[in-house]
Amino acid sequence: MLMELAFAIEVLIAGLLSGVMYSLVALGFVLIFKASGVFNFAQGAMVLFAALTFVRILEMGVNFWLAVAIALAVMILLAIIIERVMLRPLVAQPVIILFMATIGLNYFLEGLAQGIWDSQVHGLDIGIPDVPWMSVLESTNILISLFDVWSAVICGILVLLLAFFFQKGRIGRALRAVADDNQAAMSVGIPLQLIWAIVWAAAGLVALVAGTLWGQRLGVQFSISLVALKALPVLILGGFNSIAGAIIGGLIIGATEKLAEVYLGPIIGGGIESWSAYFIAMLFLIFRPQGLFGEEIIERV
Amino acid sequence: MKIKKLVVAFCSGLVLGAFSIVPAMAADESDPNKEQFIPVLTYKTGPFAAGGSGFAGGMEDYMTLLNNRDGGINGIKLVWEECDYGYNTERGVECYERLKGKGLKGAPVFQPLSTGVTYALLERAAADKITLIFLGYGRTDATQGRVFPWGFPAVTNYWNQSTTKLAFIAQQEGGFDKLKGMKIVNLHLKHPYGIETIPVWNAMAAKFGFEVTHIPVPWPGIDQKSLWLQIRKIQPNYVINRNWGISCTVPLKEAARIGFPSDHIIGVWWCGAEEDAIPAGAAAKGYITSAFHGTGTDFPVIQDIFQHVYGVMKGNIAMTRVGSVYYLRGISAGIITTEVIRKAQEKYGVGPISGEEFRWAMENLDLTAERIAELGATNVVPPFKITCDDHEGGGATFFQQWDGSGWKKITDWIQPLDDITRPMIEASAAKYAEEKGITPRSGMSMGTDCG
Repeated sequence: MLMELAFAIEVLIAGLLSGVMYSLVALGFVLIFKASGVFNFAQGAMVLFAALTFVRILEMGVNFWLAVAIALAVMILLAIIIERVMLRPLVAQPVIILFMATIGLNYFLEGLAQGIWDSQVHGLDIGIPDVPWMSVLESTNILISLFDVWSAVICGILVLLLAFFFQKGRIGRALRAVADDNQAAMSVGIPLQLIWAIVWAAAGLVALVAGTLWGQRLGVQFSISLVALKALPVLILGGFNSIAGAIIGGLIIGATEKLAEVYLGPIIGGGIESWSAYFIAMLFLIFRPQGLFGEEIIERV
Repeated sequence: MKIKKLVVAFCSGLVLGAFSIVPAMAADESDPNKEQFIPVLTYKTGPFAAGGSGFAGGMEDYMTLLNNRDGGINGIKLVWEECDYGYNTERGVECYERLKGKGLKGAPVFQPLSTGVTYALLERAAADKITLIFLGYGRTDATQGRVFPWGFPAVTNYWNQSTTKLAFIAQQEGGFDKLKGMKIVNLHLKHPYGIETIPVWNAMAAKFGFEVTHIPVPWPGIDQKSLWLQIRKIQPNYVINRNWGISCTVPLKEAARIGFPSDHIIGVWWCGAEEDAIPAGAAAKGYITSAFHGTGTDFPVIQDIFQHVYGVMKGNIAMTRVGSVYYLRGISAGIITTEVIRKAQEKYGVGPISGEEFRWAMENLDLTAERIAELGATNVVPPFKITCDDHEGGGATFFQQWDGSGWKKITDWIQPLDDITRPMIEASAAKYAEEKGITPRSGMSMGTDCG
């Protein structure tokens, strides 16, 4: 009985820690949605682009932190180009047009990343060991990965930084104004283009962190763009415009999908993790269509 | 405005560039009577790009070698066209439709490098009289050529591969009698390819008295934590890694995390490339997979490729990848395809070969060790002999182990357990024939003696 309980706790903790990794990807979506009301279909491709750029620079023998700085600079440059070439001509266009543009951007970035660097698989070791936390394992027989714990810590620091940056000060206020109504924000002198470039650059930073952590676990290759699939149910559940929603949503999705796989999977054929997360998110939608932390939009007729 | 000008200039450049290339291509001397068209279905982009690009690169390099060194096959130049389907089954079928009519007599053969596309093409190819070779993959019951005249799971099919894995485990443990009471987890992708071996593992478990647990991996399999926690609970003796692409690598990391020994994970050949092991780092050291061709560059045929293909800057892939697993798999495919064409030319005369002619030659192929040695490809491709009853022609595999930097061959060829698989193949093929209203061939059929 105790063994069963320990196993259930182990699954729960593993799920929560996986959820943090999903939240990390979901954060990139949230930032852009908050600033423009656009679901950025290209976030997964940005993760791939950032990670491939970082690992290929590392492979050239560049120092780790310098490689981080160069990759970040590339992501900021990419954000500026996206704002200039893609977003600026679409100001005041319906949101669906911007969404369609991000679909195009997704395929363009996937091709560009593989075209510039290559479509090979690259190993990445950032020095965080992916081994059990031995003291916990020995005392409780519960297996927790040190890598997952470190990922959660990094994710937490990133969230605090982003929350501080976007809630406080002039940029935070401008961001909230742009998110509310970008044309009204422009009319009072808020530089929409600059805000968009900043937000896309921040999404690029999130993509770089997510790409690096997922890249250490999976190797840097095309498939890390698929981590976006893991973020979608998190967004549906947590709400598209809430950083807190992305975190809490990630934890709920991570925990429930793992518990569902372990306890329901064997009964209904197994391999249910990929769709059970969406099913859970949809259940929440019935009661809160805007997601757990999403803003309820009231429109007068 | 500046951006608009730039875009216009860029597009104009592309159009001008395209026009300047077309006449250059048209200026090449080409005579359809002296060319053999080979379609190349590939995936050089997307999640499985490493496998697709390596395979296509190897196959094309081998065909380039024959063109450059020998002037083609008996003077017939090999020409090919790629179609990148991104490992997407629907697009794979589109590629098939696009390429099947090319060349003087149409495409004689397709090698999809995808179990899903193979399943989707089996009936189409039969209707179009085009041969399908699925080198080392499914579907397995196409081994029975009386029911599947156009399909060839050549060299080794999925079910026989599974039996060689069990034979390898038995070898490691000291005999088949030691299997009794053991626990084996079959960690498989939830996909036609992944589930195809479940029946044979169940049959082997019943015969040898071990317990098998099938754990499906939902695509894309990038997070398998919950599956490996279940494995930790089961405490199996061995885990079969039946995945593809990134889902092959994840188990190695997860195993290290729960302290499961990497040398007790036995991968299928789809999970036995450098690209599967390298990203897992130290966790991959000791990992074992089955294989049906050698790796490396220490073969005369590869040396010839360096000289006659890369030496004249005609390579089809980055030279650093020459000798890798996927590349050698492409070389194997190239050797088999061209040897079949050679055999078809012996019977039907020197010239382009049709799908029907190719099919006959494939069904009568006897690729001997002597012939393979003549090709400078000993251990690149194993000897095998196809018959009407046996479209696989062998079924043996060997095992290789990752030493941290490369694959090392650790066994000799291990023969399949035909006594288990053959009755299953017969039953499955008979069921398919009944469902599709196919009368199994007998006597002299399509130019072959089917007994």
